[in-house]
Amino acid sequence: MSPTDSPVVEITALRKSYGANEVLKGIDLRVRSGEVIAIIGKSGSGKSTLLRCINGLEVFQSGSLTVDGKPLLHDNPAAMRELRQHVGMIFQSFNLFPHLTVGQNIMLAPKLVKKKVGAAAEVQARKLLERVGLAEKFCAFADQLSGGQQQRVAIARALAMEPAVLLCDEITSALDPELVGEVLRVVESLAEEGMTLLMVTHEMSFARKVSDRVIFMHQGRVHEIGTPAELFGNPQTAELKQFLSSLHD
Amino acid sequence: MVDFSLWDIVRNLLLAGRWTVSLSLIAFIGGGVVGLLLLMLRLSKRRSAEIFVGGYVQLFQGVPLLVQLFLAYYGLGLFGINASAWVAAGVGLTLYTSAFLTEIWRGCVAAIPRGQWEASQSLALSFGEQLRYVILPQAVRIAIPPTVGFLVQVIKGTALASVIGFMELTKVGKTIANATLNPFLVFTCVALMYFLLCYPVSRYAKSLERKLHVAH
Repeated sequence: MSPTDSPVVEITALRKSYGANEVLKGIDLRVRSGEVIAIIGKSGSGKSTLLRCINGLEVFQSGSLTVDGKPLLHDNPAAMRELRQHVGMIFQSFNLFPHLTVGQNIMLAPKLVKKKVGAAAEVQARKLLERVGLAEKFCAFADQLSGGQQQRVAIARALAMEPAVLLCDEITSALDPELVGEVLRVVESLAEEGMTLLMVTHEMSFARKVSDRVIFMHQGRVHEIGTPAELFGNPQTAELKQFLSSLHD
Repeated sequence: MVDFSLWDIVRNLLLAGRWTVSLSLIAFIGGGVVGLLLLMLRLSKRRSAEIFVGGYVQLFQGVPLLVQLFLAYYGLGLFGINASAWVAAGVGLTLYTSAFLTEIWRGCVAAIPRGQWEASQSLALSFGEQLRYVILPQAVRIAIPPTVGFLVQVIKGTALASVIGFMELTKVGKTIANATLNPFLVFTCVALMYFLLCYPVSRYAKSLERKLHVAH
């Protein structure tokens, strides 16, 4: 699990605003392959928006963003399709497709986008389901699963595209407390296997445990960045100190 | 004056009913196809397409169907098309139906949570694939009851085609009424036939609604 030097995601001077309201005020970030990065900060600090910029769910006004060396070009559907195959995303609200079975959820994109044939896609889907501990749920529908199970299926679905980086947008925030652990364990195992991860999270102990670097965002900027030990053990700015102490109240 | 038995009246009305059914089907199939194309156009998120479809819907929802039929009947003539009552009624009802269906269906697509678009987009599906495999299969489930319900409106709407000389149920009823001098009896029969056409359809819509509620 030694991060190499080639950046998987490279963000330079990225700015994004909604109308007159600038939510990202010049972000620079290089994510190396195999790196696990946790993004923390108050709500409204721009952390989710930053994540959503990386796979083009949000359009940014200036700056540049590359994934695996390929630039993000909003106006070019072919380029976006290519880029999104390298970026997996998992959402707070799971977003499984309710009209499809778990297996179909996982196989849909590999079949359509990667042109995988049925048998190969099924083998892969079953393997991924086993990896997230849901081998027996291949034929189930989303509404027959608990939130934790749905989120694990969503992880399997994202992995089926073999992304170079996985974005996790507060993926345990919608879960009952007793279901959080099963999802975090899957994410932790991905981190151990060398998956590049960028996650917005409120689970500080988890961020501290698995991440290589932690980013504290404040008012649309990367306010502090460093190893978990540095950020949690020795916060430099008043804002981070205040943020961390507010969590303990 | 010709002597009409009740059976004569009913028989002639039944024959005319075929044209009411045919016209309804034309309106529904034509309107469905055009409505679907308009829906695609609207969902493509191109500004000009949105304005066009929005205007189209407002126009056909804001003008009485009767007037639309007159316009189709006399207007097609202006373009050098010799519009028979068939063509005019078919075109008029198709335009009217498509405007309403596209608006009904737009609402159904809008009811699909944004997360479904975002998840499928994140999986690198193209816009067409998103619609075809993720959004429309879910929207169709919601759309069936109001769509079938609207079919009832279309069936009743075909009665207006009588004013441009289309020989459907209402027009034939009027003709028989003139011949028999017993308009109340004749139009009672006409009313009954519309009811027999529409009632099963709206019952079907209701049962579909129940079924879909149970399923999800």
